[in-house]
Amino acid sequence: MPALENLTKGDVIATRTIGINRADLIRYAGASKDFNPIHWSDATAELAELPGVIAHGMLSMGLAVDVVTEWTNDPTAIIDYQTRFSAMVPVDETTENFDPARPFENPYPGAVLNVTAKIGAINQETHVVRVDLSVTNPSDDDARVLTRAQVQVQF
Amino acid sequence: MTVDLTGREYPDVGPYHVGSEDIRNFATAVKNMHPLHHDLEAARAAGHKDLVAPPTYLVTIAQRAEALMVNDPEAEVDFSRVVHADQRFTHHRAVVAGDELFAQATVTSAKELAGNRLLTTATEITNADRAPIATITSTLLIRG
Repeated sequence: MPALENLTKGDVIATRTIGINRADLIRYAGASKDFNPIHWSDATAELAELPGVIAHGMLSMGLAVDVVTEWTNDPTAIIDYQTRFSAMVPVDETTENFDPARPFENPYPGAVLNVTAKIGAINQETHVVRVDLSVTNPSDDDARVLTRAQVQVQF
Repeated sequence: MTVDLTGREYPDVGPYHVGSEDIRNFATAVKNMHPLHHDLEAARAAGHKDLVAPPTYLVTIAQRAEALMVNDPEAEVDFSRVVHADQRFTHHRAVVAGDELFAQATVTSAKELAGNRLLTTATEITNADRAPIATITSTLLIRG
């Protein structure tokens, strides 16, 4: 864990760019048991009048928090994590230079998330630090994918 | 107008046996590669009896409890029109492989907004001793 006294509100503690492929959606569907076909079937997404196959909101939420886990070096320090889902993330099927033997290493991801984590608040009495996550989609005018994404970290 | 579901409590779902391969699979799917989720020796060295679940892992259990509402005929949820509106995890204690968990969902809010419906559930996750593990809040938006 970083030292509490060295933290200042507004500090950027981490940034990360995360690619998402169709294979990631399939893997998340299997791991989470959320098999809603809007996350893997183009025909279903079209019938549901969506902009395409979209990422699970919970996939974006789960991907984004990892910068905080890495920063604390202790996932159990994360005592609360909340967000609103404010923009869908369409994930294109991309096949250029794609090696079918390595479905998770697609060089041209079907979607990208830009994550920035900042210190939002420091409670000196409870030793809880709020980390605010910005999660945006550069393919969608930097639309905010998550809104009020807040992680409470117990120091 | 559909039935007002506010306050409706669904029965406990469980026991759900948290397995180490399930934790590894979930952690890999959300690219959470911290050793506590993958490496038993690292988890034990940090004082845990087994692999530690990632911060959003409990959604897999909470959604089983929430499914009772989604499948409740009186809720009239068309799954193809469901969008996830918000989600919150409040952790009371760490989840590790070997835990046996139960999940119980209650509808805390049911609203109509601009032709859409918003259904919010609070799901209490407890362990085999019925001690609190986490509270998980989720809102589904059903597009009108």
